[in-house]
Amino acid sequence: MNFIPPDFAPASSEIFMLIMVCVVMLADLTAGENRRYVAYLLTQVTLLGCALLTFLSFSTETSQTFSGMFVDDAMADILKLMVYGTVSAVLIYSHAYISDRGMLRGEFFSLVLFATLGMMVMISASHFLTLYIGLELLSLSLYALVALRRDSIVATEAAMKFFVLGALASGFLLYGMSMVYGATGTLHVSQLAQIIQSEASSREVLVVGLVFIVAGISFKLSAAPFHMWAPDVYQGAPTAVTLFIGSAPKLAAFGFVMRLLVEGMGEMVADWQGMLVILAVMSMAVGNLAAIAQTNIKRMLAYSTISHMGFLLLGFISADSNGYSSALFYVIAYVLMTLGTFAVIMLLCRNGFEAENISDFKGLSKRNSWYAFITLLLMFSLAGIPPMIGFYAKMAVLQAVVNAGYIWLAVAAVLFSLIGAFYYLRIIKLMYFDEPETDEPILPNSDVRILLSANGFAVLALGIFPQALMGLSLYAIQNSM
Amino acid sequence: MSFEFPLLSLIIWLPIVFGVAVFATGDDHNAQIARWIALAGSILGLLIAIPLYTGFDSATSAMQFVENYVWFERFNVNYHVGVDGISMPLILLNCFITPLVVVAGWEVIKQRVSQYMGAFLVMSGIVNGVFSSLDAMLFYVFWEASLIPMFLIIGIWGGPNRVYAAIKFFLYTLLGSLLMLIAFIYLYQTSGGSFSIQDYHQLEIPLTPQILIFIAFLLAFAVKVPMWPVHTWLPDAHVEAPTGGSVVLAAILLKLGGYGFLRFSLPIVPDASNYLAGMMIALSLIAVVYIGLIALMQADMKKLIAYSSVAHMGFVTLGFFLFNAYGVEGAMVQMISHGFISGAMFLCVGVLYDRLHSRQIADYGGVVNKMPVFAAFFMLFAMANAGLPGTSGFVGEFMVIMGSMKINFWYAFLAATTLIFGAAYTLWMYKRVIFGAVASPAVEGLEDISKREFALLAILAISVLWIGVYPYPLTEVMHATIDHLLIHVNSSKL
Repeated sequence: MNFIPPDFAPASSEIFMLIMVCVVMLADLTAGENRRYVAYLLTQVTLLGCALLTFLSFSTETSQTFSGMFVDDAMADILKLMVYGTVSAVLIYSHAYISDRGMLRGEFFSLVLFATLGMMVMISASHFLTLYIGLELLSLSLYALVALRRDSIVATEAAMKFFVLGALASGFLLYGMSMVYGATGTLHVSQLAQIIQSEASSREVLVVGLVFIVAGISFKLSAAPFHMWAPDVYQGAPTAVTLFIGSAPKLAAFGFVMRLLVEGMGEMVADWQGMLVILAVMSMAVGNLAAIAQTNIKRMLAYSTISHMGFLLLGFISADSNGYSSALFYVIAYVLMTLGTFAVIMLLCRNGFEAENISDFKGLSKRNSWYAFITLLLMFSLAGIPPMIGFYAKMAVLQAVVNAGYIWLAVAAVLFSLIGAFYYLRIIKLMYFDEPETDEPILPNSDVRILLSANGFAVLALGIFPQALMGLSLYAIQNSM
Repeated sequence: MSFEFPLLSLIIWLPIVFGVAVFATGDDHNAQIARWIALAGSILGLLIAIPLYTGFDSATSAMQFVENYVWFERFNVNYHVGVDGISMPLILLNCFITPLVVVAGWEVIKQRVSQYMGAFLVMSGIVNGVFSSLDAMLFYVFWEASLIPMFLIIGIWGGPNRVYAAIKFFLYTLLGSLLMLIAFIYLYQTSGGSFSIQDYHQLEIPLTPQILIFIAFLLAFAVKVPMWPVHTWLPDAHVEAPTGGSVVLAAILLKLGGYGFLRFSLPIVPDASNYLAGMMIALSLIAVVYIGLIALMQADMKKLIAYSSVAHMGFVTLGFFLFNAYGVEGAMVQMISHGFISGAMFLCVGVLYDRLHSRQIADYGGVVNKMPVFAAFFMLFAMANAGLPGTSGFVGEFMVIMGSMKINFWYAFLAATTLIFGAAYTLWMYKRVIFGAVASPAVEGLEDISKREFALLAILAISVLWIGVYPYPLTEVMHATIDHLLIHVNSSKL
């Protein structure tokens, strides 16, 4: 028997990433206490290197490797490039925060990179096991990141909750996958679709499996009623980690849903459509209503995330490339807004002071009118007010929903987003209409200053000229289906 | 078409660019620079709008000064602007009011001057965008964007209860708009992928969807107008807003709702409009009569004028749903005239408020003894508000009453009661504030209006009298468009 080595080229960026994670760990070990920045710079170099590899290998051709367990297509490349950019921005935003709190260590960076690797595998997986491995690599790294501040009781508690519920969700997912395997005899995404289409499998078993898979996905997406972990984890985790959890993994989760539901079980659309409708409506209801009652900004944003995930799920309901590309556009817009919002929260944190409460935004426009203006743009964007990007994301999804004939769903969605507008307006009210409680100046480093300004500007500019990003989303979906 | 020049884009974007420049002047050390840039921008905005009138061809109902570029092709959205006889006068009104608002806030606003002036300029540009959009999505973007500056204006510079008023204003108007968005998306699907308003005018839609679309539009526009019973945000917003905010709200933003009916509801869903005309007329008449009675009972001057605005806007919606030329043209004249009169009334209250910091009627009395020039101006505007012949207030109301007489005597009868109620609440307030003995030492210390205030009120007084005596230049430009609209409305699309 001859051993034929697999084609490593489609997975080159993953392999590079894995090597570099080890390099970062070793480099930090030898660099010593005074040269912590080495790990930071190496991490950024790694992300840049991965971006170059992905970009150079970009093609519209779909290539598979490792016996069809790993796929490299246009959607994977575009999502991965977004993930690198997001992680890089997360690190720039959180650099000052983590160094103030003694978290600027090699562990932080290697965990972030491992999580990133997990996301990359999730995005590129075309086999249920690969999907699961990617997901677990991401999840385990996130659990550890949340618990990184060992001395913080809140963070430890959050990590425990996250771990227990996350493990439960993984169990759901595995159970569902085993049912699907039992019904069809395969775990390959592409073969699965063919077998389901040929109706050679037991439909009842498949549907039971599907229910568990959808439940598992909802856990990971933090869609109601599987959202319980999100507020506690968002609140308990150090803000830098919350930013990380809230941003890049959502891109990976989008890829995950695409691979599992759309590519794998696309033939069962009639079954999962109904489930997604319920999940979406519940998420929008729970997220928007519960967010109103919050006084902790991180908790509020967790509920806001839940409602946005509901909106994202709406995009899948129409089950065509129009809807999927709208969902992709939505998730990109969402990540852009989340990055900026948490960056502002970290700006408000000073040495020894955690900005946790909504009231910490009081009078921001008098303390620093520029960052207040950027936050204003972000909040209006999250509320879906034009001409910010958040509006076009909502419009694209609503368009897909109406196109699929669910007008009542679109009406429900806009009514919930009306409720949602209230708590975003409250932040603007605190910033602009109230007097500041402290006049301590806000002094970010120049890299944060530039990036945050660019981030706020992007929310406005991509709103005024949305074609590029919309076209890219459509291109990504059309070239991988 | 003599203009290849992108005149409309200039009218939309010049105030916005100036607004951003005003923001850029930063904090209150540069307040004087901010004021002058704002004044320059607003006057320039008015001057460049003049060719819109002089170059306007009033013989055609077609869109003029059209510009059409692809905006984003993913959803076939175009940057498509143009004006007809309905939108052109409203754009001119907006460009005319903006410099007045800048001047009105000249000395009164002392905090965050650059943000105040900048917000008004940006809003002026956005409103011009609403009036000239021929693409539904472009319209929607401008429509919602206009909420942002007004929200900040009420919330930052408003009175004691400003936060409540600002959030109520925002959420109320957002509710209506979001359902309109769904209607647009539905029309986008039915028309096979077009957001062009003119395509929608030709679209054939069955009655049930027509009625649903009509209701979605109704919520959006009725909240803005505002019609009874969704008017309750207006008194709150007016009372808490700074004077400039009240002026823009009454003179401009309310007109967005009226404009929406003419541009969207009537031509896109004519059968539903006819079907539901009875309800619309009933709601309008309730606004005229019932809100008129409420206005009579107000102790706060701004609230009184706010309720009087609701009653006057009831005339506008009444006129629209009569579907005859008198009604629609009268409603248009009423919109323009209400822009001048309500703006002037709020400025008059602002003049008093700046001196005594009270809006309560009971705190005044005998003002004429101390401010005779002001009292004369206030008299003129109060009379116009009551609909005295010779002022602009009379022309629109008279035309709408004529129009309703053709349909049903009782419509006309109920509408005409406004001439009594309007006179009652306006003149009674005028009497209590201006005449009588000097009420308090504070009133004793009042000084008459400054040159700045005199100029503001004089300009508005001339406008009110001019339209009252010679409305022809205004009605002439809208004839062709309204005739065309009426043909459209009276032909079924089923």
